[in-house]
Amino acid sequence: MSNIRKAFENGKAFIAFITCGDPDLETTAAAIRAAVENGADLIELGIPFSDPTAEGPVIQEANIRALNGGVTTDKIFAFVKELRRDVKVPMVFMTYANVVFSYGAEKFISTCRDIEIDGLILPDLPFEEKEEFLSLCHKYGVDLVSLIAPTSENRIAMIAKEAEGFLYIVSSLGVTGTRSEIKTDLTSIVKSVRENTDVPCAIGFGISTPEQAGRMSEISDGAIVGSAIIKLLEKYGKDAPEHIGKYVKSMKDAMI
Amino acid sequence: MTNPNGRFGVHGGQYIPETLMNAVIELEEAYNHYKNDSEFNRELTELFNEYAGRPSRLYFAEKMTKDLGGAKIYLKREDLNHTGAHKINNVLGQALLAKKMGKTRLIAETGAGQHGVATATAAALMGMECVVFMGEEDTIRQALNVYRMRLLGAEVVPVKAGTATLKDAVSEAMREWTSRISDTHYCLGSVMGPHPFPTIVRDFQAVISKEIREQIQEKEGRLPDVVIACVGGGSNAIGSFYNFIEDECVRLIGCEAAGRGVDTFETAATIATGRIGIFHGMKSYFCQDEYGQIAPVYSISAGLDYPGVGPEHAHLHDIGRAEYVPVTDDEAVNAFEYLAKTEGIIPAIESAHAVAHAMKIAPTMDKDKIIAVTISGRGDKDCAAIARYRGEDIHE
Repeated sequence: MSNIRKAFENGKAFIAFITCGDPDLETTAAAIRAAVENGADLIELGIPFSDPTAEGPVIQEANIRALNGGVTTDKIFAFVKELRRDVKVPMVFMTYANVVFSYGAEKFISTCRDIEIDGLILPDLPFEEKEEFLSLCHKYGVDLVSLIAPTSENRIAMIAKEAEGFLYIVSSLGVTGTRSEIKTDLTSIVKSVRENTDVPCAIGFGISTPEQAGRMSEISDGAIVGSAIIKLLEKYGKDAPEHIGKYVKSMKDAMI
Repeated sequence: MTNPNGRFGVHGGQYIPETLMNAVIELEEAYNHYKNDSEFNRELTELFNEYAGRPSRLYFAEKMTKDLGGAKIYLKREDLNHTGAHKINNVLGQALLAKKMGKTRLIAETGAGQHGVATATAAALMGMECVVFMGEEDTIRQALNVYRMRLLGAEVVPVKAGTATLKDAVSEAMREWTSRISDTHYCLGSVMGPHPFPTIVRDFQAVISKEIREQIQEKEGRLPDVVIACVGGGSNAIGSFYNFIEDECVRLIGCEAAGRGVDTFETAATIATGRIGIFHGMKSYFCQDEYGQIAPVYSISAGLDYPGVGPEHAHLHDIGRAEYVPVTDDEAVNAFEYLAKTEGIIPAIESAHAVAHAMKIAPTMDKDKIIAVTISGRGDKDCAAIARYRGEDIHE
């Protein structure tokens, strides 16, 4: 069974996204530990990319801060290996197809297995293009996480049927970033998903408040939060982990 | 040349967020329907001829030919099109298609501003809303074109992210498209991005080589020996090459912007210095570092200042059907001035890269050989920048 499933065994899952190396890897490690200690069930580790086309301004800036700080894919691999000595929650990488492809997809994905990364999210790899990475993910036991968008409509069944790990449901049109209101009919999307798979589904994009996290946990299996956490890193820098811990607790407490 | 899944050899594909997948599928279905629709083609031909001024001339550059002392040089005058560049061919096609699809709003990226101006023009003509994304750096380099776009009723959004040039404008236009799809068509300006864009843009630009073929047959009774065009994303080049690809006797040469040289970091010569990767929706060659981070590129030409190249060019390179050569800023500026003084034609600095290569090879070829060079646009927009390059500060 996929290790990612464990994230959904402890009630509704709170999934925290953190960009590796923003502002440095020591802070990233402290932020992850603070999130886990305060209830995060799954950690989505961003490997920064120079041109993250699915991200809004907040995560774009985090990518730039991390790259300017000198972080690389190899440094992140070494960092995760070290982190895995004590951090046991499921972890996935979130990055862009070129980061994996350029490193050598097989070398990248086999390293994921070696350092106990459970899954991979590539927002610029839609269903039609996944085969070249999927076969390697299967070979090394890494889940390739699929996304479903508000515009997926007739594609939901096809994507859900082949889903593994968890399904990432994009709450709104557009890029990542906090939103005051989410208008998409998520209930009917989740219903279509459930008709086709028993893989858990979590909702991300635009979620920042405990009220939103609570609502998302009512209609799905979990909530994914990125930009709101990155804003704390942007604001507090090396002192952010303490604030992230408090924030994660407030979010997890609001989820049923 | 396009495989059903949008591949050119290993290149191409659809590496885009799930949010956009139904939009590109809808676009592909609409295009496949309209490309063979006689009414659509009649309307497009009328726009090409009556509005854009096609066919563009194939001009025998007699003075240049004599001066260089080798092959006969013909210039394909895309600079004489309405709005001053080849960009209008693609834009009229896509705008008409978007209108048939019921879209009311066009968004576009632009580098030098020529594609932005063409899109703003088509939007004005067809009564559509228009938003153009342009790197902030380029809004300064090409201030005149920013004003032209506004005059035509478009909103110009300066993009501050990243290197604030063409690649960032493309990224921002893609982000905008994911946030507003139902009424909006992304009018991509080059043979790049996810399938079906490289095919659609190539088909609308292929009119260039269709005309060169007819015109050279009429003037010389045979095909050219060499066709030369500049390559950023590669739309005027693929347009110039397309109807000659099956004719192995015609050498196809694409000129990339080498900036300060391919042995420096200040270059945009993708095929010379890049390697295969996945970016902006496609698999192709990109300038990138060892970890796949896209490299900041440089060229004096805002229109060629892009770290990738269209997937069909990547494929033509792989199979050896087309050659790609780097041309430096210095060589392009010399060619810009040379063509102005020799033929009284001021080419776009992008097109001057192609002229520079013609100047290199023409003297090495016999006098009975023929070179066709595509002048993709006119150079009015570049005069201030070239003056600055020569140390002269003029006000536009």
